[in-house]
Amino acid sequence: MSAEPEAVSRAGAFLERVGTNGIHLFEEVGRFFYILHTTIYWAFRRPFDGREWVRQMVRVGVDSIPVVGLTAMFTGMVMALQTYRGFERFHAEGYVASVVALSLTRELAPVLAALMIAGRVGSSLAAELGTMRVTEQIDALYAMAVEPVQYLVVPRVGATTLMLPPLVAFANGLGIFGGYSIAVGLLGANPVNYWDKTFQYLDLNDVFSGLIKAAVFGLILSVTGCSKGFFTTGGAEGVGRATTSAVVMASLVILVSDFFLTKILF
Amino acid sequence: MATGTRANGRGAGPEQDTPTIAVIDLWKSFAGREVLRGVNLEVARGESFVIVGGSGVGKSVLLKHLIGLIAPDRGHIIIDGEDLTQSDPVRCLALRRKFGMSFQEGALFDSMNVFENIAFPLRRHTAMTEGEIAARVRECLGLVHLDGVELKATNELSGGMRRRVGFARAIALQPEILLFDEPNTGLDPITAGVVNSVIVEMREHLGVTMVTITHDMKSAFRIADRIAMLRSGRIVASASPEAFRSLSDPYIQKFLAGEPLEEDVA
Ligand SMILES: Nc1ncnc2c1ncn2[C@@H]1O[C@H](COP(=O)(O)OP(=O)(O)O)[C@@H](O)[C@H]1O
Ligand SMILES: [Mg+2]
Repeated sequence: MSAEPEAVSRAGAFLERVGTNGIHLFEEVGRFFYILHTTIYWAFRRPFDGREWVRQMVRVGVDSIPVVGLTAMFTGMVMALQTYRGFERFHAEGYVASVVALSLTRELAPVLAALMIAGRVGSSLAAELGTMRVTEQIDALYAMAVEPVQYLVVPRVGATTLMLPPLVAFANGLGIFGGYSIAVGLLGANPVNYWDKTFQYLDLNDVFSGLIKAAVFGLILSVTGCSKGFFTTGGAEGVGRATTSAVVMASLVILVSDFFLTKILF
Repeated sequence: MATGTRANGRGAGPEQDTPTIAVIDLWKSFAGREVLRGVNLEVARGESFVIVGGSGVGKSVLLKHLIGLIAPDRGHIIIDGEDLTQSDPVRCLALRRKFGMSFQEGALFDSMNVFENIAFPLRRHTAMTEGEIAARVRECLGLVHLDGVELKATNELSGGMRRRVGFARAIALQPEILLFDEPNTGLDPITAGVVNSVIVEMREHLGVTMVTITHDMKSAFRIADRIAMLRSGRIVASASPEAFRSLSDPYIQKFLAGEPLEEDVA
């Protein structure tokens, strides 16, 4: 008699949890597409704020160079080290260069750069807009007949989307250089041969596919950061939550969409 | 648009007498909790309208509806005969140009100093030269009795100064309608008095329509042409200050006397 209602209520609580989480996910997705949609809507309307675009491009692009460069370089180095150890076993050391170049340009440079920038830029976008939200600065923009999405989100999303491809191109270069320096400097590969093999199997398409991925990741991480910030509630604590979950969400979505981009597009 | 007729349908009389602001049967709930339950009000051109009510009854929510910051679940907000709830985003932006709004904590942009804050709407919406902007900023600061604070960062300002810089920013574009959200809250009595006289003076100088929200009756009597009380999601009384003082409703008498109120928060 007493066990049954309890089981029912436990099942009810479970279903409720599932339902609530489902609704939250639904809301989250809705917000993402709301920000994406309004960003596109306002991006092509006047006024165009060139100075703000430049400021954001510097902030995303220039300021991310060290962290993206270091990430790419060490990734290239470790790739060379690992593949060399592996390929050695079947006497294919000559192809280390090709593997390093291909995996960097197609996959590792775009994804790792995007993840680093999700941590750096995505979080700061969420924190910045979140603070402006909870201190009513976003409402103040509205009240001054300045569309906040146009003034705040458009340049940030635009700058991030535009800056990711050049950053990834730069990461490609540094990664390949890192691989080269380890293979040639440490493992005694032939420099001329390594250089040849780097480009022998590398298509322009490989590079392009990586750069397109990079732009999509830039869009995803900036829209995520901005929507987390834009819809922040609950004061300073809410800003902290928004910041953390912006990074987690953006990273997850980057990894998931990476699979589909790779599968469908290239 | 069909908006003028709606206002007339409610007996507003000939076109010239159209109220500057008309709110018709406004409903709003958050997460299933009804905050506004059929608010009706009209504010005449040049009138100083004060809305009072306990904290958490939805005064800020009501004020934010007037400027389109929050969309109603149901009802209409008519500004100069144009229905805000039926307008597209670009038109809404244009309607908002008629407003200046001062927020509870000032909502100053913390990435800018005082001068830049007040210059912001001017830069955004006018073709004024730097010289003209500087002159206008000084003029606005003069109106709120602040001098020599132009280059201060916003976090160097006291609470009363922040409010007044917020006022200066709100009047920079010479709005037709000024909205004040709790201009006095959190200020010591002397500073609150200063802020009150600044509001009265601004009104005399600018001749604008004003809607002020407060829970401070002293301030309400000082600045109002008409006082309305918001309670349980409705306007329950609306009268001139003298008439309001002599209303016999026990709740209002308690509110006037500053006695504790039982159930104003639902
Ligand atoms: N954006 C929002 N989301 C959810 N609830 C809100 C929002 N804004 C206001 N509320 C709720 O509406 C109620 C009225 O708030 P408010 O208008 O700020 O009160 P006050 O009369 O003190 O200004 C509060 O209970 C508040 O929690
Ligand atoms: Mg309030």
